Amino acid sequence: MIVPVSYYLVLSAILFGLGVVAFVFKRNVITVFMSIELMLNAVNLAFVAFARAHNQLDGLVFVFFVIVVAAAEAAVGLAIIIMLARNRESLNVERVNLLKF
Amino acid sequence: MPILSHLWIILALPLAGAAINGLLGKHWPKSAVNSVAIGSVSLAFLAVAELVREFWQLSPGQIPYVGDYFTWIVAGPFRVDFSLQVDQLTVVMLLTVSFVGMLIHIYSTGYMAHEGGYYRFFSYLNLFMFFMLTLVLAANLIVMFVGWEGVGLCSYLLIGFWFLKKSAADAGKKAFITTRIGDFGFTVGILFVFATFSSVDFQTIFKSIAATPVAEGTLTTICILLFTGAVGKSAQLPLYVWLPDAMEGPTPVSALIHAATMVTAGVYMVARMNPLFSRAPVAMLVVAIVGAITAFYSATIGLMQTDIKKVLAYSTVSQLGYMFLGCGVGAYAAGIFHLMTHAFFKGLLFLCAGSVIHAMGGEQDMMKMGGLRKKIPVTYWTMLIATLAIAGIPGFAGFFSKDEILEAAQSGPHANLALWLLGVAGAALTSFYMFRLIFLTFFGAPRYDEHEVHVHESPKNMTIPLMILAFLSIFGGWVAAPKLIGGIDRFGEFLQPVFTMYAPTAAAVASESTASPGLALFHALTGWPVIVGILGLLVAWWFYIKSPETPKRLAQSLHGLYTLIFHKYYVDEIYAALIVRPLLWISANLLWHVVDERVIDGTVNGVATAARESGGEVRKLQSGNTRSYAAWVIIGAVGFTFLLLLVLGMR
Repeated sequence: MIVPVSYYLVLSAILFGLGVVAFVFKRNVITVFMSIELMLNAVNLAFVAFARAHNQLDGLVFVFFVIVVAAAEAAVGLAIIIMLARNRESLNVERVNLLKF
Repeated sequence: MPILSHLWIILALPLAGAAINGLLGKHWPKSAVNSVAIGSVSLAFLAVAELVREFWQLSPGQIPYVGDYFTWIVAGPFRVDFSLQVDQLTVVMLLTVSFVGMLIHIYSTGYMAHEGGYYRFFSYLNLFMFFMLTLVLAANLIVMFVGWEGVGLCSYLLIGFWFLKKSAADAGKKAFITTRIGDFGFTVGILFVFATFSSVDFQTIFKSIAATPVAEGTLTTICILLFTGAVGKSAQLPLYVWLPDAMEGPTPVSALIHAATMVTAGVYMVARMNPLFSRAPVAMLVVAIVGAITAFYSATIGLMQTDIKKVLAYSTVSQLGYMFLGCGVGAYAAGIFHLMTHAFFKGLLFLCAGSVIHAMGGEQDMMKMGGLRKKIPVTYWTMLIATLAIAGIPGFAGFFSKDEILEAAQSGPHANLALWLLGVAGAALTSFYMFRLIFLTFFGAPRYDEHEVHVHESPKNMTIPLMILAFLSIFGGWVAAPKLIGGIDRFGEFLQPVFTMYAPTAAAVASESTASPGLALFHALTGWPVIVGILGLLVAWWFYIKSPETPKRLAQSLHGLYTLIFHKYYVDEIYAALIVRPLLWISANLLWHVVDERVIDGTVNGVATAARESGGEVRKLQSGNTRSYAAWVIIGAVGFTFLLLLVLGMR
């Protein structure tokens, strides 16, 4: 039995929505970071589902790109988070608000 | 060197002098500045003399001689060449301008010896010579206009030579702005000329008008517009007000620019454009009327002035009126003749006045002079000669020229008795105010403190030009003398081709009087101009030598008229009230405070304020709060998605 593509898409949308909600409402910068990863992977899931449904490789290629970007982002983002933790002694994003008008 | 084929040399010499003195003269000793200034003008005069010699050898068919140098402006059918021309009229003007100019340069080395800005003065003076010679040599209206405006510029610079003095700076501005009003008419006139004849070249215009008649209305418009320019430049009613104020300049400047040369440019221009004027009788009448009224009117103002230079200034305005009267009644040659003799005697009068002022240590008020006859004899005698000349006493230069003008007004082809009467009355007043000047300055008891003012005769470099000009003030008019004993007027005969070559056929034959020789002389000597001239002399003698209290009594009994004339008919006040003050009010209250401050500044500042205010509101979005940025990103993404769906759904 083949699982219909809509199932994957619904799952992807739910994961993406969770990511968005966590991204906006969580205060811990690491959680925010992880929610970004969640959104990326939700999109990956949609790509894979479409690739499989249409029997084409384009979506899979995109997924590899996304994974590469996510890895790079994780490297830079974690470095930033470490510096932030050292300077602020806190991981609360509310406290990172110096760059404003 | 054949100067005729290198006319530009005459212009290049004074221009080079002006450039050298202006750029380098600042640190040079006075002798070096002198040699450059006088050298360049003297060489220019020699070049003119050589030009005249060559001109004499030309056959009548070669005159006017035109030298084309380069094409200056080409725009469609509009074409202006930088070209110069020589004909009889040019020759007369060139000789007068360069010779009087040279003498005044020499005189200035004495007069300006103790003044600052010595090099600047001579640089301006040379520049003036350049522009004046350009004006005279021009072969088309545009090149003439360059000279015309250039002399105006130099006039402005030299009137305001002592620019630290507010009255001098103001007088310079007044001269410039007032003549600019006339120049506007002149410019429009040039445009009309081009529109009518498709050319601005003198010879082309004249040939065209001689071949194909032009509607008289068009010609009248053109001539009146051109004459407007002459009215401004030559200080005629109603634009004469700048010339008396121009006396703020150094006296040699008054002599050169505001008596002998520049102010006569208007007369020259009218004479130059004679083929047009001769075909526009209405314009001719306007010229004659303006000239005659100015001649009389400014003579009346001259009666009451106490500043020695102001008397001469009003006298200049009046004499220029005579020249226009001459041109206006068709006697162009007489007008130009008077221009030449006037350059001699009025230049001399101003230089003498300068010598008097120099001797008095800067005093210009005649009421504070008196009895200078014995102390500065050279100045006295030369000034007396010039006065006799301007008063039209027989034998002196002014007699011949003024007599010719008045004779043309009385019995010429365009004779007009009313204008003749004005002219004769003006001649009487001229004689009176000039002898009043002589008597107040040189006769009677000194009215200054003899212990404070050490009257001294001027140095040689000032008195020698006076003597040369005095010689010319006597004999300069004698070229016309043979006419009185039955011969021909040599001057008029010489200029004849200029005024008959393209003249309308009816007026081609100038009326040569056929009276018997003795009768002509008798008529001239007993004519009204001479009688009133002598009468003026006698009245002045009565008023200022015989019974000095008469003028005061007369002033009291004619109080109203006296006050009116003493205040120069309140013309300056009327102009200030009618033109200057409303203009200033409009400029300040409308143009400055409303248009400039509100509209222009308001727009500029308004744009800046709008940008700053809106930016001030929008920048609050940059809260620095990461989660609010995230919210914005999401709102944007959702909004964009909806938009996308909307667009896709519509298809």
